[in-house]
Amino acid sequence: MADTAEKLIVKKLNAYFNKHHALHDVTLSFADKRVAAIIGPSGCGKSTLVRCLNRMHEVVPGARANGEVLLDGENIYGDDIDPVQVRRRIGMVFQKPTPFPTMSIEDNVAAGLTLNGASISRAERDQIVERSLRQAALWEEVKDRLRRPGASLSGGQQQRLCVARALAVKPEVLLMDEPCSALDPISTARIEELLLELKAEFTIVIVTHNMQQAARCSDMTAFMYTGNLIEYGETKQIFTNPTRRETEDYITGRFG
Amino acid sequence: MREARLADLESSVAEKLAVVKRERATHAGARLFGDRVFNITTFLLALLILVLLLGLAIALIYDSLPAIKQFGFSFVISREWDPVSDEYGALPFIYGTFVSSMLALLIAVPLSLGVALCLSEMAPDWLSMRLGFLVDLLAAIPSVVYGLWAIFVMGPWLRDHVEPLLQFGLGWTPFFTGPKIAVGMLSAAVILAIMIIPYISSVCTDVFRVVPHFQREAALALGATKWETVKTAVIPYGFTGVIGAVILGLGRALGETIAVAMIIGNSSEISLSLFHPSATLASVIANEFAEATSDLHVAALVELGFVLLVLGIVLNVVARALVLGVSARRFEGGD
Repeated sequence: MADTAEKLIVKKLNAYFNKHHALHDVTLSFADKRVAAIIGPSGCGKSTLVRCLNRMHEVVPGARANGEVLLDGENIYGDDIDPVQVRRRIGMVFQKPTPFPTMSIEDNVAAGLTLNGASISRAERDQIVERSLRQAALWEEVKDRLRRPGASLSGGQQQRLCVARALAVKPEVLLMDEPCSALDPISTARIEELLLELKAEFTIVIVTHNMQQAARCSDMTAFMYTGNLIEYGETKQIFTNPTRRETEDYITGRFG
Repeated sequence: MREARLADLESSVAEKLAVVKRERATHAGARLFGDRVFNITTFLLALLILVLLLGLAIALIYDSLPAIKQFGFSFVISREWDPVSDEYGALPFIYGTFVSSMLALLIAVPLSLGVALCLSEMAPDWLSMRLGFLVDLLAAIPSVVYGLWAIFVMGPWLRDHVEPLLQFGLGWTPFFTGPKIAVGMLSAAVILAIMIIPYISSVCTDVFRVVPHFQREAALALGATKWETVKTAVIPYGFTGVIGAVILGLGRALGETIAVAMIIGNSSEISLSLFHPSATLASVIANEFAEATSDLHVAALVELGFVLLVLGIVLNVVARALVLGVSARRFEGGD
C-alpha cells in the first residue's frame, strides 16, 4: 500500500459515552480513493469509530473522544479546528435514510450548499444538483420530479438522495454508517455498485454488519470487537487468511 | 430423556394454545360488541362538542335578538357605542380585539420561539427541565394578578421608558402619537403577549423536542452550525406544530378579559395611536354587564359575545387555511 497516500490517519483514538469506554486506542489509516470496510458484531464500536472521524460522535450528550485523527496530516481534534469545517470535508450517510421531510428532492440535494453564508447562482445550484444526483445514480429516476418531496421516494432512493446530498458539498471523504441496513437487496446492490463508482473520486469508509458486503466492495477491511481494533488489512487477506483467532471466528460465523 | 421432556413441553404448549383459541372464539362476539359500544360512545362524545358549540351560538343569538332587530348588520360596522342614548355599534371593540391580539402575537411569537429553541436545543437537560417548569408556571398565574401588575408596574414603566423611545424613533408614523399614558392599546398588547408566551413556548418546546435526533445529525453532517441545524432541520420539521401553538396563543389573546379590561383604558374610540386607550369585545362585556340596565344594552353586550365567537372561528379558519396553502405550495404538483 506504499504507493497510495494515506488520507486519514487515526492515532490512539479513545471514545467514551459518559463513563463507558467505547473505543480503546484505535490506530489505523485509510488510503486515498479506496473503500475501507469496518466489520464486527453489534456494539463493537464500529459506528462510534466512524462517527469520530468527522466529529459527529461528540454531538450526543455525554459523548467525548480523544486521540488524533489526521486529515491530510492535520489533526481534526486540534484545538483551533472547527468541527463544522471538518464535517464539510468529511461527509456522512446514516443507517436510516434521513431526507429533510419538508424539502423537495432538489432542495434536499442543495441543502448543504447555502450553509455557512455561502451563496450560489441558480444555474450553479442546478448544475451541482444534477451532478450530485448523477453521481448518486439517482438522476434518471428523479429528473422529471425534482420539485416533489424527498420523502415521496422509496427507501433505497431516499438513501441515494442522502448520498447525493452528502456529495453536493464536495467532501473529500465519505463515511457510511451501515447505509444498507434498512434497504432491500436490490437497493443494497445499487448502493454497492455506487460505492465502486464513487471511489474514483472519494475516500470511503463504510461500516457494515454484512460480511459479504465488506468482501464485495471494499479494498481494506477492519475487524473490531469490544471497542478494540482486532485486525486491519487487505480485504482478501482478512477473509481468506486472517491472522487473528477472533477474526477467523467472526468471519466463519462462530459468533457475532 | 431429553426428547421425552421436549415432547412433553410440546404437548403442553399445544394444549394451552387450544385453550386460548377456544376462549377467543367464545369471546369474539363479546369483543365485537365491546368495540361497537366503544365506537358509539366516543362518537357521541365527539358529537357533544359540536352540539355544545352550536347551543352556545344559538343561546347567544337568541339573547341578542333585540339588538339584532334594532341594528341589523350595521351593528358590526358602526363606531357608535353610547349606552346613554341606547346606540350600539361593535366596530371599536372588533378593532381593539383584533389589533391587541395581533400586536400581542407579534411580540410573543418571536420571544416564544426563542424560549422554545433555548429549552430544546441549547440548554443542558437539567436547566431545560427547571426553566421549562418555570415557564409553565407563568400560565398558572391568575389573569387578575397579571392585570394588577400591569397597572402598578408594567404600565408606568412602559410610559416612562418605552413609549418616549417609540415616539422619538417612530413618532412620524400615526401609531406612536398623542400623550404617553400607562393604560392603552400598547400596554394591553404587552400584557397579553406576556400571558400567551407560556402557552406558545411550551407547545413549541414539545414540538421541537420530538424532532428526531437523526434529522439534526443529518444537518450537522453537512457542515451546518447550530443555528443552521435549527433552521434547516428543526423548525421546518416542526412547522405545523408551531402554527398550532400560535393559533392556541391567538385564541387565548382574543378571549382574555380581566387583565385587558384593567389596562386597556376602556375607550370606545378608534385611534391608530397605540398609546391611546381602547377596548376589546371581552373587556367591554366584563366592564358593562353588571351595570347594563336597558334590555337593548344587555342584548348588545350578548351580541358582542357572539361577534367574539365568530371572530375567533374566522381567525382560526383563516390561519389553518394559510398553513394548508403553504404546505401545499411547497411542492409543485403536491403529493
